[in-house]
Parts: sequence; structure tokens; C-alpha cells
Amino acid sequence: MQAEPVITLSKARLVMGQRMILRDVTAVIERGGPTVLLGPNGCGKTSLLKAMMGLVSLTSGTVDRHVGRASFVLQKPVMLRRSVYDNLAFARQTAGLPHSESVMTDLLNDFSLTHLAHAPARRLSGGEQQRLAIARALAREPALLFLDEPTASLDVAQTRLVEDLIARISARGVKIILSTHDLGQAKRIADDVLFLVEGQLAEQAPMASFFHAARSSQARAFLAGELVSIDGEKP
Amino acid sequence: MDATSAFSLILERDPALFAIVGLSLWVSLSATLLAGALGAGLGSAVALTRFPGRQGVVVVLNALMGLPPVVVGLLVYLALSRSGPLGQFGILFTPTAMIIAQTILIVPIIAALTRQVMEDLWGEYADELNAMGVTPWRRMRVLLWDARFSLVTILLAGFGRAAAEVGAVMIVGGNIDGFTRVMTTTIALETSKGNLPLAMGLGVILLTIVVAVNSLAWAVRAWAERHAG
Amino acid sequence: MKLGKALLVSAFLTAVVLPASAQDNFITVASTTSTQDSGLFGHILPLFKARTGIDVKVIAQGTGQALDTARRGDADVVFVHARAAEEKFLAEGFGVKRFDVMYNDFVLIGPKNDPAQLAGGQDVVAALRRLYEKTQPFVSRGDKSGTHQAELDLWKVAGLDPAATKPSWYREIGQGMGAALNTASAMGAYVLADRGTWLGFKNKEALKIVVEGDRRMFNQYGIMLVNPAKHSHVKAQLGQTFVNWIVSQEGQDAIRSYKIMGEQLFFPNATATTL
Ligand SMILES: Nc1ncnc2c1ncn2[C@@H]1O[C@H](COP(=O)(O)OP(=O)(O)OP(=O)(O)O)[C@@H](O)[C@H]1O
Ligand SMILES: [Mg+2]
Repeated sequence: MQAEPVITLSKARLVMGQRMILRDVTAVIERGGPTVLLGPNGCGKTSLLKAMMGLVSLTSGTVDRHVGRASFVLQKPVMLRRSVYDNLAFARQTAGLPHSESVMTDLLNDFSLTHLAHAPARRLSGGEQQRLAIARALAREPALLFLDEPTASLDVAQTRLVEDLIARISARGVKIILSTHDLGQAKRIADDVLFLVEGQLAEQAPMASFFHAARSSQARAFLAGELVSIDGEKP
Repeated sequence: MDATSAFSLILERDPALFAIVGLSLWVSLSATLLAGALGAGLGSAVALTRFPGRQGVVVVLNALMGLPPVVVGLLVYLALSRSGPLGQFGILFTPTAMIIAQTILIVPIIAALTRQVMEDLWGEYADELNAMGVTPWRRMRVLLWDARFSLVTILLAGFGRAAAEVGAVMIVGGNIDGFTRVMTTTIALETSKGNLPLAMGLGVILLTIVVAVNSLAWAVRAWAERHAG
Repeated sequence: MKLGKALLVSAFLTAVVLPASAQDNFITVASTTSTQDSGLFGHILPLFKARTGIDVKVIAQGTGQALDTARRGDADVVFVHARAAEEKFLAEGFGVKRFDVMYNDFVLIGPKNDPAQLAGGQDVVAALRRLYEKTQPFVSRGDKSGTHQAELDLWKVAGLDPAATKPSWYREIGQGMGAALNTASAMGAYVLADRGTWLGFKNKEALKIVVEGDRRMFNQYGIMLVNPAKHSHVKAQLGQTFVNWIVSQEGQDAIRSYKIMGEQLFFPNATATTL
């Protein structure tokens, strides 16, 4: 399991309009427990995840994926205008996988959606929709799962539920790359941490060392609950 | 004959009136189905692709929604006439000609409205479908399916316009008794005969039919929406 | 989705294939609104069908338009009433031969209160001069129909030409006979109409006949087979059968027997007996 890269980023740069959103990010993400992308609002977490997924193309630099199928749970998942069941079935289909009633039953069960199977997906509550979005991503049987702030709109109980699910998925061998600005969450689930400030990778470290011995001044400031910027000064 | 006698014709199951109503429905529903296939395809294609001059196509489609029926009628007439490019098929003054004319009349309406709906829906779905790696062809099918309730409304708009127009079917159908006479041309004819009450009565029947078709479609939509959202 | 496709395909097939193959025993006759609106065809065509089994599809247009329809090859027979235009059609080679069929007459219609006081007159030309002087509202078909042509001819005899000078009381509506009568009724105007349409017209309340019986108001109908030499697809045999029947004793009797409220509308006067 040693040094088996899942994603290699090399000087990944993304410019949109006049703004540089990713600033030459270079990093290797390895197989193992969840990697957490941490950083303040607007630092470029979503952009980096999308770049790794291939949903946006880089202005310069490269991103390489070394594993098979990936799934992506958007920060604001879109529920297709169909039933819960059909949302799952559709996602599976897009991966070219054969329909399997037992897989569907398991997914619905795992995510406590069985009683809602035939309800229109768009009428689910926010928490239910978030669970469906993750279930839908898993229906594609991915080797790699991107989760963009999967608990941002959930209450504490729902957040815990989703975190448990993530732990279980990870335990099954699916590599998870997840973004959050919630320090507690990062602590609870991260194996290692990528810390992003204004599009720049300020620090990459195993979870324990990031939280207890952050090297960068920005990380220390962020952990202390302060506003941070690239040069490490308080603005 | 007067307005009430138009209804007594219905009650008496007057076969001539039934044939006229039947032909109206046949022509306008066929045109709606054909235009639905063509227009929804065209509208989706424009919504989901980017090509030079696309803005122009959008503007033209929107403008053609106001296509005057008589102009369509005249164009189809000239094309289908024995002296026209498609003369050898001999379909001028037949229900087929009427279906063609009405199809052309409502394709722009269906295409323009479909484009709008599909573009909005694509804006909403783009990230999700791209993340699932959906191919362009399947993307179109997904969007069409998920926009189905809006598309039904669009089809109804097309049907309404087709069923209500008189200019095109009069010219290309010829209003032949028992063969190409539909509700609207009958109304025009009865008006020209000074039979205003009967014309009015027929108008009410036409309106009733359009309302009935709409109600049916809405009922189906409401039912389906409750089950699929 | 599958159902939709199946419907679509079957709709298309039925619409396109059936009319071409299933029913070929018919002819298309380009005729005028006056013959159709008066109900004459409704009376005689079933008789013709009973005799020959041939269906007749009538396109009712103004005479000028009817002749144009035939010129384009979209009709097998023309049955119209505008002598000069028919002669021209023949001269251009579009018609095989013209036969007189019948005549009816025109009547000058006016508002019930008859502001120009024409009622009871028999001289249509004098009546038109009077309307001109008094600038009474007058509705003209303005659609190149046989009736329109007849009206223009009568103005010519009167030595007047309102169609050229277009005074405000002279209103060209560019529509059929019934529409012209409806318009006259609504505007309290005078209008020249064929008697057949007038008798069949239902919205007479505000109108009445003011001048009738002038020989200059007789209206001759003719029938022609469209020349198959110009348009090869013309159903010459079926078309000729119809022409022959119309001018035969049986056809002429059928025309004579058509009455509205006891009044005969068309007076058969075919002279030719065809082969
Ligand atoms: N299409 C775009 N055009 C221009 N700027 C963009 C575009 N998309 C994102 N940005 C900008 O890029 C920056 C990074 O956006 P991104 O969504 O990656 O941030 P984030 O870290 O995910 O923030 P949050 O925690 O609020 O979700 C933001 O300032 C955003 O306004
Ligand atoms: Mg984000």
C-alpha cells in the first residue's frame, strides 16, 4: 500500500476571466483513508476537485488519475426529475453497469432510503437528498469518490450519519477525496489533509501532524479561527 | 340552423359533423406529433450544441413562432402543386397536405420553446451529467425525458395553434366537402354563407374540443407528476 | 416512448400512403364559391356519384383563382362563370373545350331602408349611376371572381370606373360572396350578388333585393376539362365523364331541380351534346 498514487497534480493552474483560481498546485494523493481538502470559503476547493474529476480543464499544468471509475457528489447535488430508485438506476447505467436489483436494494438500505424508493427525488428533504446523492455516486461502483462539502447543509445528526457512511465506504476500499471547511469534520474523518489558501496549496500533511504541528503560518492561523491569506498576514 | 342546432347535431350524432371533427383532430394531432418529433429534436439540438451562427438560429426560431398560417399555406401550396417541385406526389388538396402545412406552422413554436426549456434544464443538470460522464446523445434523451412535463405543455401550445388555424388548411386542403373540410374551414364557410349562429356553435364546439384535449393532458401530467416529480 | 414512435410511424404511413392508393376513383373540380355556397353541388354530385361511382372533390374559389388552380394542374375540371377569362384559359391551351352549362342571374342587393331609393328598378346601369352620384356605400368583391368581373363590366357600361378612382364609399373587400353580403349587411351598403348565394344566404335581415331582371345581369356558367396535353396526370377520362354528364339531359335536369324555398337557382342551357 506504500506510495500508491491515486492522483498526481503538477503545477495545476486554473484561470477564469481575470482571476487565478488555482495557483500551480503540485501534489500527490495516495491510496488509503479519506483525503480532506481544507480551506476557507472561496479558496478553490470545488475548483480543485472538479479539476481532478476532469469537469474543468486546467489553464496549464496537469492532473493525472491513476485509478478507474470516479464519482462526484456536487456541493449542491442535482436531483433528476424522477424517483429515488430511478436516480440510482440511471447513475448505474451511465457507468455502463448492468442493472442489479440486489445492488439497488442494498444501496437503498445502506442509505435509509428504502421507504422513499418511489418518491420523486426532488421532494426529499435536504438530508435525504444528500444521502441519495452519495448513494447515487456509489451506484456507479467507483474506485474514487469525490465529495464536495457533503455535510454543509446538514444538522448535527445528519452530519454524523453521513460521516459514518463515508467511513464505511472508505473501509470498503473506495478512495475518498472530500472537501470541507469544517475543522471538526476533517479531524474526524481525514487520513491526510490538503490545505488550500487562495488557490495555493499551503500545506499537505497527515491529519495528526496537520492539526498538532502545522508547518505553515496560514494553517496555524486557520486552525486558530482567523482569516488567512497567501502571505500569511492577517488582512 | 342556429347555435343550438349545432349542438343538436352533436346530440343527433350527425355523421357529417363527426367526420369534420374527426378530421380536425386527426390532422392537428398528427401535425402535433410530427412537429413534436421534429421540433423537439431541433430545439434540443440547438439548446445543447454550440456552433457559429447559433444566436441567429435562435432569433429566427423565435421569430418564426409568429409565422402567419396563410404564408405557410401558400408555400406548401406552391410546393405541392402539380406545377411545384413536389407535384408528382399529387397530395395537394388532401389531408396529408394539411398535416404538412400545420406541421411546418408549429415546428418553430415547438422548437423555440423546447430550446428554452432544454437550455434551462441543461444549465441545471450540466455538472451532474458531466460528472456521470454522460454521452451527448444520452444527455439529450435524459433532458427530453426530464423535461417531459414542460414538453407536454409545449405540445399543447402547438396543438392549440394547429387546431385553431384556418388560413393554411383552407389553401392546401381546399375545404373539400367530406374530404378536407375541418372545423375551422367549416366555420369560415358557414360564416360566408351568412350562417353566423351555426358558425358560432361550431366555434364553441371547437373550443370545447381544445379545452378537452388540454384538460386530458393536464390530468395526465398532474397524475404523472405526482408519481415522478 | 415506444408507443409514441409507433403512433408517429403509423400516422405518417396512413397520412401519406393511403390517400394515394386507396381511392383513385375521384376527380378534382375547381369551381366558384357561388356554386358551392348556394348548395348546388350538394344537390347534383350525389346524383352523379350514384350514376357513375365517381367522387367529385370541389375546390371552391373565385373564378380567377379557380382557373389558376387548373393552370397549375391542380384540378381536372373547371366549372366557372367569367366568359372572357374562360376564353383566355382556352386560348392558352389549358382547357380542352368549353361547354355552356347553365346561367343564373345577379341581383343588386341593398339595405332594407334603401337610402338611394332603387327598389323596384329594372335598369341596373341606371341604378349604379345613381349610387355613384349619391356616393352610397358599395361593397365590391374585389377578388377577381366571376361576380367581381360582372360588376366591373356593369360599371363600364355605365361609363364609370370607381375601381380605378377608389372613392371612399366604394369598398373592395377581396373576399367571397358570403363575406361581401355579411359586410354589406353590417355597413348598410349595396352589393352585387349572384341570386344563388343570395337565396342560400342566412344573414339577410338587414338586406333586400333592389334591382333584378336586367338581362345584363345574366350570369353564364361554363365547364371545361383541363387539357391533359398540358398536365399529363389530369384524369381525362373521369373528368370528361363529369363534363358529359353535366351537359346531358340527366345533368341538366338535376340542375333544374335544385330549388331553395321553392325557387329555382340555376337555369340549364347546355346546347352541345358531347360524344
Ligand atoms: N466560473 C467561474 N468564473 C469565475 N470565477 C469563478 C468561477 N468558478 C469559481 N470562481 C471563483 O473561484 C473561487 C474559488 O471557487 P470555489 O468554488 O473553488 O471555492 P470553494 O473553496 O469551493 O468555496 P466554498 O467553500 O465557498 O464552496 C471563488 O472566488 C469563485 O468566485
Ligand atoms: Mg465549494
